[in-house]
Amino acid sequence: MKKMHLAIVATCLMVMPVGMASAQEQTMENGASIESNPDQAVEDAGVISAEEGHAETPHYPLKHPHEMDWSFAGPFGKWDLGQLQRGFKVYKEVCAACHSMNLVAFRNLEALGYSEEQVSAIAAEYTVTDGPDASGEMFDRPATGSDYFPAPYPNPEAAAASNNGAVPPDFSLIAKARAVERGFPTFVFDLFSQYQEAGPDYIHALLTGYGEEPPAHVTILDGTYYNPYFISGPALAMPQPIYDDQVDYPDGTPQTVDQYSRDVSAFLMWAAEPHLVERKATGFITMIFLIIFAVLMFLVKRRVWSGFAH
Amino acid sequence: MSGHSSYVPSNGIMRWLDARLPLPRMVYDSFVAYPVPRNLNYAYTFGGILALFLAVQILTGVVLAMHYAASSALAFESVEKIMRDVNWGWLLRYMHANGASFFFIAVYLHIFRGLYYGSYKAPREVLWILGVVIFLLMMATAFMGYVLPWGQMSFWGATVITGFFTAFPLIGDPIQQLLLGGFSVDNATLNRFFSLHYLLPFMIAGVVILHVWALHVTGQTNPTGVEVKSSKDTVPFTPHATVKDGLAMVVFLAFFAYMIFYLPNYLGHPDNYIEANPLKTPAHIVPEWYFLPFYAMLRAITFNIGPIDSKLGGVLVMFGSIIVLFFLPWLDTSRVRSTAYRPMYKIFFWIFAADCVFLGWLGSRPAEGIYPALALIGTIYYFAHLLIVLPVLGLIETPKKLPNSITEAVLGKAAAKGGAGQPAGAAASPDTKG
Repeated sequence: MKKMHLAIVATCLMVMPVGMASAQEQTMENGASIESNPDQAVEDAGVISAEEGHAETPHYPLKHPHEMDWSFAGPFGKWDLGQLQRGFKVYKEVCAACHSMNLVAFRNLEALGYSEEQVSAIAAEYTVTDGPDASGEMFDRPATGSDYFPAPYPNPEAAAASNNGAVPPDFSLIAKARAVERGFPTFVFDLFSQYQEAGPDYIHALLTGYGEEPPAHVTILDGTYYNPYFISGPALAMPQPIYDDQVDYPDGTPQTVDQYSRDVSAFLMWAAEPHLVERKATGFITMIFLIIFAVLMFLVKRRVWSGFAH
Repeated sequence: MSGHSSYVPSNGIMRWLDARLPLPRMVYDSFVAYPVPRNLNYAYTFGGILALFLAVQILTGVVLAMHYAASSALAFESVEKIMRDVNWGWLLRYMHANGASFFFIAVYLHIFRGLYYGSYKAPREVLWILGVVIFLLMMATAFMGYVLPWGQMSFWGATVITGFFTAFPLIGDPIQQLLLGGFSVDNATLNRFFSLHYLLPFMIAGVVILHVWALHVTGQTNPTGVEVKSSKDTVPFTPHATVKDGLAMVVFLAFFAYMIFYLPNYLGHPDNYIEANPLKTPAHIVPEWYFLPFYAMLRAITFNIGPIDSKLGGVLVMFGSIIVLFFLPWLDTSRVRSTAYRPMYKIFFWIFAADCVFLGWLGSRPAEGIYPALALIGTIYYFAHLLIVLPVLGLIETPKKLPNSITEAVLGKAAAKGGAGQPAGAAASPDTKG
């Protein structure tokens, strides 16, 4: 009977993760022309697939992200605060020009190791609109810790108009909102390896994935940029956003696209899941408690049932 | 439960209460003195686990509702405020979201245990039917709950699933509009789904009470399928079942905690971290994993059958796949309950279980290429098992010899440590109550 029980559990575990299948999100960051013309996209990818020997509809991304080492991965994962601060710098100086981060407040930055004063100083660099005041007028003032990051565009329409029709997605949750499908049997192994870093892996892969020549039969539409790691098409509306030496790292960390990408991915993971480290630490204590509890229950159960054939 | 009560109030207050409202007596008779078969295995612990999870879902849900805003303009942000700013909010939400999945893991194991040991057979038909009602209520609750975070998959899942109803001629469109509170998924939909999502768990709790009541009238089945014949066959619920259920609950909770703390988004869909956008359809709209077998059956019907077009056909097949379960007690003609004594059915049981997993996998695949054809095969087998294999097999199968009593089976096993499988007798089942 025990065997049967285990088998049922095993079969159920097999079904579970398929809910996460098909992670291809729609085209928020995508070239307007490509997805608004699905036939074109299908046609492009049909050619690619044929080359690869598949005979089906396109499967994006064309290349799967590499798994990186993240300090926050695994059961004892912790933030690398230096990395988060560098990632924040990259976000602030590069990404924030187009990408909002509506759900993150300046006060949250204390989790990155900044003091209250430093947070106030960072916030004060931004201007927010407040009001109405006593005379009914809106007014601008420097941001404080309790304000949220101001968005670069007043509304999605303005964002689209400035970006060739594609709205740059908000970054608050981007590290959890993008994940390339893992496929069988990898998703089963993920249960044991606790792989939850598909988001940062994807962001890193995308940022470092520019610059390759598209395969011969892939036509890249005007205003889009080939990137084989892009999750929902062969090309996206965002050109390569960052280059070597673009952001200054005073602490001597290498100023490479790879390093920038790692840092900003880690920062975005923090932005998406600020309680990640607390969660894992709580999990460890909870697991210890439950395992001890289970052992005690087992001993009690054995004692109660001893002498009863069953 | 039959038999007289053995409850003796232990003090004056309890005697006073017992004479006016014998609630302690009912609890004592139901959860302390209640006799359970001595040979129950761990497959029988999922009922208790399900009760625990209903409580977990209600408790976490009530607190989440204190912080949640059921408005299409605020819902997504309010959920993120719970994740970020509410004390332990991330834990509550991850418990609630993963709790739904674990609820379904437990209910599927519970259902398949019932199928394996013939728990639906006379005299437990009503018990089984109430269980199917609970399952339906659970599905409705889970579906509406998934809409509440107002992510992309919430929105588009709601659009697709409420769209099923338009398949029905004449009444379809009015039903869909009533569900949506309009012509498309919008604020009105979210508000009524929130209201119903809060209501249905209490309806589940009500049916659970009936389910447990029916259980306590007929008594539990057991792995032999032979009814309890004497008090030697049973042990008192407390401490024996209490401690065994307790152990199973703690182990199940350990798996639950593992998911909450280390893989909280493993069972979710990344698209649901994108706020709902009626103008952007996700590339693939996929329901939660526990609906995938039914989703596969829905999409398996890609052709018209006479006046029934493929859409209505799919919807009928999908609803039919659950409706047919109501008739299971009468579809299974075998008088032997436990699959342990049904060598042929045992094979078909596992094929059926594999078919359900297969359908679940197909539900996660896009409806293209060979997948719809495979889904059709899986769907046909699903119904063939229930409508053909079960009735026919009961008539032609020669079961193994049943033990005379639970005690005999248990002691026989203890003595001979292994094969209780004697050659089959000629007639089907000496089981008295069959």
